[in-house]
Amino acid sequence: MTIETVRSSPATVNGATPVPLTETTTLTLAKAINAGLRRAMLDDPKVVLLGEDIGALGGVFRVTSDLLAEFGPNRVIDTPLAESAIIGTAVGLAYRGYRPVCEIQFDGFIFPGFDQIVSQVARFHYRTQGAVRMPITIRVPFGGGIGAAEHHSESPEAYFTHTSGLRVIAVSNPQDAYSLIRQAISSDDPVLYFEPKRRYHVAGSVSPQLGASMERAQIVAAGTDVTLLAYGALVPTATDAALAAADAGIGVEVIDLRSLSPIDYVTIEASVRKTGRLVVTHEAARSGGLGGEIIAEITERCFEYLEAAPVRVTGFDIPYPPAKLESHHLPDLDRMLDGIDRVLGRRR
Amino acid sequence: MVVLCVAESYALNNFGNDAGSSTMHTVHTRETPDNLLQLLSPEGVRLAAPDLAPWVADVTADHLASLYRDMVVVRRIDAEATALQRQGELGLWPPLLGQEAAQIGSARALRADDFVFSSYRENAVAWCRGVAPTDILRVWRGTAQSGWDPLVHRMATPSIIIGAQTLHATGWAMGARFDGADSVAVAYFGDGATSEGDVNEALVFAASFQAPVVFFCQNNQWAISEPVGLQARADIAGRAPGFGIPSLRIDGNDILAVMAATRLALHRARTGGGPTFIEAVTYRMGPHTTADDPTRYRPAAELEEWAKKDPILRLRRLLDSLGRFTPELEVETQTLADATAAELRAGCIGLPDPEPLSVLANVYATPHAGVDRQRAEYAAYLASFEPAGGKA
Repeated sequence: MTIETVRSSPATVNGATPVPLTETTTLTLAKAINAGLRRAMLDDPKVVLLGEDIGALGGVFRVTSDLLAEFGPNRVIDTPLAESAIIGTAVGLAYRGYRPVCEIQFDGFIFPGFDQIVSQVARFHYRTQGAVRMPITIRVPFGGGIGAAEHHSESPEAYFTHTSGLRVIAVSNPQDAYSLIRQAISSDDPVLYFEPKRRYHVAGSVSPQLGASMERAQIVAAGTDVTLLAYGALVPTATDAALAAADAGIGVEVIDLRSLSPIDYVTIEASVRKTGRLVVTHEAARSGGLGGEIIAEITERCFEYLEAAPVRVTGFDIPYPPAKLESHHLPDLDRMLDGIDRVLGRRR
Repeated sequence: MVVLCVAESYALNNFGNDAGSSTMHTVHTRETPDNLLQLLSPEGVRLAAPDLAPWVADVTADHLASLYRDMVVVRRIDAEATALQRQGELGLWPPLLGQEAAQIGSARALRADDFVFSSYRENAVAWCRGVAPTDILRVWRGTAQSGWDPLVHRMATPSIIIGAQTLHATGWAMGARFDGADSVAVAYFGDGATSEGDVNEALVFAASFQAPVVFFCQNNQWAISEPVGLQARADIAGRAPGFGIPSLRIDGNDILAVMAATRLALHRARTGGGPTFIEAVTYRMGPHTTADDPTRYRPAAELEEWAKKDPILRLRRLLDSLGRFTPELEVETQTLADATAAELRAGCIGLPDPEPLSVLANVYATPHAGVDRQRAEYAAYLASFEPAGGKA
């Protein structure tokens, strides 16, 4: 637990005690997660939250605002500062039938808990031949673009998609934030749930329905020339790129992956068979990133449909840079358009 | 053989049985109701504390005046940096307001060849290590991830990952012992950090290898919104003897107690006595950072109580009683604080943005084909935005 970077007023996500979401409502992404957590806690008394500053403060991003007052300290648990212990004690709680939801305060703080996640949480079901389930949700604000200090802007998702036994989700909008946190908590497998911290205050319409399965990718813009895959905070940027490309007469199909493990290759493959051109974008480093994995799989599945070599538009292979340089590291609209140009053979 | 005495209400834990310490014995020591060692009351009155007093017997009124100057200046740096953040010149700032005695008193006890491994709040320690005020701001303005060269100032880049630096300090100290050097590593960390595995592992290694390291814990009562009681049901200093490390629990707003305890611990380390743990009990009078809002979790009355124990006010009262708080000192201190604040502000605003391609610099010590390729690609990409015919 260290440095918060939310500069907007807490009041934007902290209001009166919320009423359960019963009809379509406009919520910020942070509020939508809050509403999803609350729904899950009302539905199942075994759902408990653990994390640093999640109680009275409501978390440094206020995602758990007001939940302590409503559910009490045995269900909204402010923990001592120890990420390994947050995950490790969740394992013990899961053994007793709880459904722990762990908050890791910032992406860069997950690593003290990494051992418990990859050596323990991920393996229990396999290790016990299905006897012990780990219905643990690990919430992680991720990604950059907020001008933060070191360790507050990381994109560590590939470490977890590389770890068998974990399901990995990255949400991009308030509706998915609500629906997918509920689905993640309901899952009998451990779920890493990545939250795009720079989009926490983006508002959108949220229906109380659970919606499409968290394992399904979603086409958020239709097009026939290029398929552009994104997830988390880059989905709105990709949508903007599609709009800009449309002005030049290029039809870009934008797919929000939603699930990073498993990946919905059925949806991606159908799109690529149509467009013949694939661009994958993520903030995480290029080497060993999801882009390379997805491109390899798609190449294996439908090589004969590809009109050009797929393109990655990603962060560089560097530690996350200081704030004044992050705009050079993060894929933005221009870099996505450059990637689209390249897959179309318009640039080298 | 080390014997636990946590159950007893000694603020000096475990020194009497420590074979490595030839000078220290747990004797009658003045303690507050909070079980703190003090040399200076909140009213600025010198107190008798036989275990600690000898360690600051040489501190003259002039020395006290220079400590006072440092405390006022770092408080002014803190206020100016907070203002710079509010004006959008810094991304964030972690104030040290209220912890001036703990930081100045300990850092001023160090030798130039000692090495500091700190958290991100030890800006007053950086000041004492000769770091230029503008350099302290580089990280918070986002122009660099290390504001200074750690090897020049013998102070590591402050650790943002909580508690990680305690292991680094321990390793440095192990090396000093292997090398036969009498330099000491000092690890600064907070009450919250004591819950992390790294800190507990550092205590194990330091004890096992009798490393010359001082664990300096500033218990400022709050880890963002979490009160120290969530991290520790008993005094934090009481944990150290369980690891085989003697400890002291001192009034961290009492600069004389801080300096005495640090000197004692440094002496033990230099003379083969191994690690010492100091819990300096202080108070974070400001927010965790400029992004934090303590009114959501902290009662105002608590702040008022601690304001009465203000470390600067306390030393000022002592100086006054010694006839050393002169108008000249006041003017000189104020002038220095004003000049430092002006230097800080101008330096901050004048910090250049890093060159774009530096984003790909220094990832490795030697050339790396992958990064080199990405740098060339990005240079070409940036160049594609230049108007035809080159730069205007």
